[in-house]
Amino acid sequence: MSSDVDVAAPGIGLPEGDEAEAPSGLWRRVYDNVRTGNLGILPIVIGLAFIVVFFSFKATNFFTADNFNNIIVQMAGLTMLAFGVVFVLLLGEIDLSIGYLSGIAALAVAEFQLPGSGHAYPGVVAIAIAIGLCALIGGAQGSVVAKVGVPSFVVTLAGLLIWQGVILQVLEIKGVIVIEDNLINDLANYYFSASAGWIIAAVITGLYAVGTLGGVIGKRRAGVAIRRPLLLIAKVVGIAIASFGVVAVSNHASVPRGLPLAGVLVVIFLVVLTFLAKRTPFGRHVYAVGGNAEAARRAGINVARIRILVFGISGAMAGVGGVILAARLNSVDLNVGGGTLLLDAISAAVIGGTSLFGGRGEVRSALIGALVISTVSNGLNTAGYKTGTIYIVTGVILLLAVTLDTIARRLQARSGR
Amino acid sequence: MSETPILQLRGISKSFGSVQALADVDFEVRDGEVMALVGDNGAGKSTLVKCVAGINTPDSGEILFDGKPVHISSPKEAAGLGIEIVYQDLALCDNLDVVQNMYLGREERDWLWRLKEPLMEQRTAETLRSLSVTTIRSIRQPVASLSGGQRQSVAVAKAVQWNSKLVILDEPTAALGVAQTRQVLDLVKRLGEQGLGVVLISHNLQDVFEVANRITVLRLGRDVGVYEREKTTQQEVVQAITAGIPTKVADIPPTAPELAS
Repeated sequence: MSSDVDVAAPGIGLPEGDEAEAPSGLWRRVYDNVRTGNLGILPIVIGLAFIVVFFSFKATNFFTADNFNNIIVQMAGLTMLAFGVVFVLLLGEIDLSIGYLSGIAALAVAEFQLPGSGHAYPGVVAIAIAIGLCALIGGAQGSVVAKVGVPSFVVTLAGLLIWQGVILQVLEIKGVIVIEDNLINDLANYYFSASAGWIIAAVITGLYAVGTLGGVIGKRRAGVAIRRPLLLIAKVVGIAIASFGVVAVSNHASVPRGLPLAGVLVVIFLVVLTFLAKRTPFGRHVYAVGGNAEAARRAGINVARIRILVFGISGAMAGVGGVILAARLNSVDLNVGGGTLLLDAISAAVIGGTSLFGGRGEVRSALIGALVISTVSNGLNTAGYKTGTIYIVTGVILLLAVTLDTIARRLQARSGR
Repeated sequence: MSETPILQLRGISKSFGSVQALADVDFEVRDGEVMALVGDNGAGKSTLVKCVAGINTPDSGEILFDGKPVHISSPKEAAGLGIEIVYQDLALCDNLDVVQNMYLGREERDWLWRLKEPLMEQRTAETLRSLSVTTIRSIRQPVASLSGGQRQSVAVAKAVQWNSKLVILDEPTAALGVAQTRQVLDLVKRLGEQGLGVVLISHNLQDVFEVANRITVLRLGRDVGVYEREKTTQQEVVQAITAGIPTKVADIPPTAPELAS
C-alpha cells in the first residue's frame, strides 16, 4: 500500500553519501511534500478528525462505541461498491449501473433463498449466484465498451435504466422479499466475541508485519535500495494501533457488542483488491491502460481484455455490496439500489483521491471516502438534521476534496514532478 | 561489423491505392552499425519502417533478417525476431515509474502471480547503467517527472532491454533541446558500439552526421543512394534528398532518371 511517490529517494544516480543524512532527509521530505502539494491522504484524515470532533459536540450519542459499530455496518455496502468504482476510474471510465446492479444482487440473493419458492438454495449458493450474475452483467457491459467502442457513460447509463426497470417489474408484483437465511443476514448482523476480535486484530497486524518484512528481505536479496525504512516501521505500528483500536472500541459497545463481521469483510476485500491492483501484472496493466492506452497497446497489453475484466470487477463488487445492504435490512423492497447509493460510491472513490481521468488512485481511497461520507451522514442524522442538509454537506465535502486535490496536483506540476 | 547484414530489404514496393509509397527499395543494416534513413516528408521513410515493424505488408520484395528470409505480419512477430521500434510519440505511461514502464507488458511474476518488483528494479538499474543513462535520479519516480531527453532515453532502454538485435528510432530528437539531444545521440552511438543494428530516422542532418556510419537517402519512394558518412558531405546528402536520382546500390543497376509520380 505504498504511495510510490518519492521526492528524495536514493536512486541510481545519487552519490552514496546520501544515505547518511537520513534523519534530516526525512524532515526535508516532509517539508518538500508539503511545499509541492504531495499531501496524499493527510488532508482527508485531518478533515475526518474535524468532522468527528464537530459531531461529538453537536450530538450526545454520536461519539459512542455503539454508534462506532453502527457506522461500520452502515458503510460496509457502500465501501464495497466504491472499491469497484476505483478500478473503473483507474481506467478513466465510469460505471453508472452499479447502484441498481447492487439492487439486482439483493434481489437475486433474496429470491434464491426464498423458502417454498422451488429454488430455495443454501445462503452461500444464493450469494454466489447473486455476485456471479453481477460480475457477468458488468463484464457484458464492459464488452460493449471495449469491443464495440460505445462510451462507458452511455453503456452504463443504459444499464442503470435497464436494471432499475427489472427491479421495478419484479418487485411491483412481489412487494417485499424477506431474507430468512441466517448466513446471508449474518453478513451485516454478526458480531465477533471479544476474544475473537482480539485474535482478528492480532492476525491482521501479524500478516501485515510479515508481508512488510518479506518485502524488505526480497529487496535486500536483490540489492535494491530500501526507501524510507522509518516509514515502513511507522506503517506497521499504525496498522497495529488501528486494528487493535477498532476492536477495543467495538468490544466496548453495549447493544451489538463486538467487532462486526461486515467490517472484517471490508478489510479482507481491501487487502485482496489492493494486492490485485498493486502487486500483480493485471493491476499494473490497469494503471497502464488508464495512463496511456496507446502505449499499453504497443507494449503488447490486451487492452480490451483489461477493460472487460475491470467492468466485471465493478459488477462483482456491486454484487457484494448489494448482498450486504440487503442483509442489513433482512429484506429487499422497491427502493433497493436506488437513492444516493451510486453517487455516494463514486464520490467516495473521488474524495479518497482517485482521479476521474484514469491512471491515478488507490483501492484504499474508496474506504477513506466511504468513511467520510458515512460519518457525515450518520453525524447529521444523529444531530437531527434533515436529508436535505446531508446532501448539501456531502456535496460541499466532495467539492472541497476534489478542489484540494486539483490544487495539489497543479503545485506538483509546477515543481516539475 | 559483420559481413551479413542483420536486416536486408530487397526490392520492396508498397502502394496505397494509386499512391506508390515505395518502389523497388533496397536497404540494409549491419550489426554494430548506425544506419541513418533520411529523406523529405513523404519520401517513404515511415512506410519502410512500418514494413519492417509488421504494421504494413509490402506488395512485393523480400525481407531478410540475419540472412534468412522472413515474413513479418504483426508487431509481435517483429519483436519476436528481435526488432524493436521507438516511436516518435513516446510510448510510455506517464503515471507509471521508470521500472514499471521498462517492464510494461512483460512483467516478471512468481507462481503466486506476484510481480517480482526487486528483480525488475535491479535489472532496470543495470540496463540503464550499461547504457550510461545516469541523469535519472530515481528509477522509482513517475515518467511524468522526467525531462524529454530522459524520457526518450527510457524509451530507448526499454526497446534494447529484450535482447533485441535491431533498434529502429523514429525521429528520437525531434522534440528535444540541445542538451537533451546530446544525451540521446550519445545513447544512439553506444547502441551501435554494443553491437546492435540501429536505424536512425531523422530530419536533422547534423545529428545524422554525428552518429551514423552510413546514410540511406529516400526520395519519392525510391532509394537514391547509400553514403558512407566519412566519404560524404552534408551538401551531397542534401542534394540527394532534394534532387537525387535512383543510382546503383550494391549491384543493382541504376533505374531510369525520370521519376513519374
